Amino acid sequence: MVEAPIKHRSALNNWRDKLLDRLEPPSGPMADLQAIARNQLESLPAPNCSQEDWRFCDLAPIAEIEPRQIFSLIKPAAPVVTNQVTRVVIGADQDPLAGVVLPEGLTLLNETELKQSLGNNSNLATSKGHWPLELNQAIAPRVIGLRVRGKVEETLELVCDAGNNRGVIAVHVLLILEEKSKLELLQVQLSAGANLTSVVVEVQLQKGAQLQHGLLALGHPQSALLAHLSVDQEPTSELCQASVCQGWGVMRHEPHLNQLDGGAHTELRALQLVNSNQLADTHSCVRFNGPEGALDQLHKAVAAGNGRSVFNGVVQVPREAQRTNAAQLSRSLLLSDRARIDTKPELKIVADDVKCAHGATVSRLQQDALFYLQSRGIAPPQAAQLLLRAFCDEVICMLPPAAHAWQPLARLLDAV
Amino acid sequence: MICTDAPVLIEICDLHARVDDQPILNGVNLTIKAGEIHALMGRNGSGKSTLSKVLAGHPAYSVTQGSVRYCGQDLLTLQPDQRSRIGVFLGFQYPVEIPGVSNLEFLRVSTNARRLEKGQEELDTFAFEDFVQERLGLVQMDPAFLDRSVNEGFSGGEKKRNEILQMALLEPLVAILDETDSGLDIDALRIVSAGVNQLSNAENAILLITHYQRLLDLIKPDYVHVMAAGRIVRSGDKALALELERNGYEWVDQGLKALGTT
Repeated sequence: MVEAPIKHRSALNNWRDKLLDRLEPPSGPMADLQAIARNQLESLPAPNCSQEDWRFCDLAPIAEIEPRQIFSLIKPAAPVVTNQVTRVVIGADQDPLAGVVLPEGLTLLNETELKQSLGNNSNLATSKGHWPLELNQAIAPRVIGLRVRGKVEETLELVCDAGNNRGVIAVHVLLILEEKSKLELLQVQLSAGANLTSVVVEVQLQKGAQLQHGLLALGHPQSALLAHLSVDQEPTSELCQASVCQGWGVMRHEPHLNQLDGGAHTELRALQLVNSNQLADTHSCVRFNGPEGALDQLHKAVAAGNGRSVFNGVVQVPREAQRTNAAQLSRSLLLSDRARIDTKPELKIVADDVKCAHGATVSRLQQDALFYLQSRGIAPPQAAQLLLRAFCDEVICMLPPAAHAWQPLARLLDAV
Repeated sequence: MICTDAPVLIEICDLHARVDDQPILNGVNLTIKAGEIHALMGRNGSGKSTLSKVLAGHPAYSVTQGSVRYCGQDLLTLQPDQRSRIGVFLGFQYPVEIPGVSNLEFLRVSTNARRLEKGQEELDTFAFEDFVQERLGLVQMDPAFLDRSVNEGFSGGEKKRNEILQMALLEPLVAILDETDSGLDIDALRIVSAGVNQLSNAENAILLITHYQRLLDLIKPDYVHVMAAGRIVRSGDKALALELERNGYEWVDQGLKALGTT
């Protein structure tokens, strides 16, 4: 008798199975896509550390989260909104845009437009079978689809607060910025308990379009965040993305940018802070599919306690991407002997007439700067905090101005 | 200004210090009283800057022998920030650039730390701005430098002005100025020196570390000391600096050779 091989099933695979079992049957405008994704997810092994892409990113803590979909969210304790900001609060099963007066230049995508545009994104098309994306699609009850025409004067603020709910929430946003349009988008992801937030943002930037995108993600030691940003950029478009993530038990951030024909400008600024046993992993990928594209990327990390920070920055410059000008810098601060930083620039350059700079530094707080501050009467903890604040502020100040109402700097410094 | 019955502010006795197991200071003795200006001269590597850093409490240097009493208390047991708060000031030879830390915020926090120690009220943002504006005049510094990061992108001269501005705000009892004249053009040297002279009074004291007579033409020292091989080998009045300017340090080498020390 031949024994059947013992199949090792990870806790995350079991969790996935339980989650799929408990989901309501596919329904609503996304029903067919949900059904496909659920089938796909069912047969997809959960990410594990033996896969290169997940080598340093152990998602096992997600298996501790109750495998069920969250159906209602409480209204977040958000700062007072100014008249320069249109706030959209994302619940779980309610339509977040119901009753919201969109500013001039923003219109809703109808069902047909949504279906035509969804999945057209070049990054997503090549990411079929990517576990976090399939998970999102399997659960997300709807896609928030918006078209941007002309310059939108107000900042669009999307707020999703998972609160202390137990379970999983999925958010999917699709933005189409038409030629020469302009939008400032602030995405606020919050959590205060044992839950998983899965968020996918798809963006199409047509010629000359400009998007300033801020992600402020403040979590809880028992919470998890899987955030995926997928942007297609046509020539002369500009993307400036700043992300600030802190406090999640597990956080994976995947900004994927594709300059479809080169000639676009991409600016990425990121800051992630880990403490206790937290893990924050940013896996970015920028691809130039044509000449004369530009990238300016700065990734910063602060690791304290037993925290672990991971950065993997892929830059792809194929033969057709001549005269690309790309710069990537990773700067990390280690604040404890037990914390860990893994940083890896990954430049894949085939074109021969390009400028591609990269650098990575991992250090403690500068001792000469600390001594200088102390020699002026500033006590060591205060001196360290001044230096830490300066380190963080370089990215925080790049968030859209609307983010400052959320007091990101104070929240970050309180947590370290 | 020499006043024989002035209180002793700092008393350094047989001070030995090392960095990375390398002895640098080998028995420094120096007493400074209120109202006095001392100049410390000597060749590169003679231990002048090390002495200044040891007095300020730089963690890279360890004191192996001797004592430093400041206003009667043991200075060496105090942390750098405590030393500053009780009135010891080091004007850095190479002021550190700290990107992202606002110069104005830094000056306010440090000034308030010193004020609290002196039993004075902290200054709020507005009161401090008035105070700093008044002190800026001492070093003729452009207020725009307050809005920048600490020393970031400052020229050598601007950094030194910023150091003296800090001295003006902190009002130390003992100011150790390490090569404050280096990197200054002629006009800036005059301005910075005038600022130091204005801050000098009967209650405080200044230790000037310099290589050049040009600074001592503008800030008149009461005493001049020559340092070599980690100790003070000769002390005198301002005429000693003029003698050094004329004759250099060869006599020091000969003296050390005779003692069998290099």
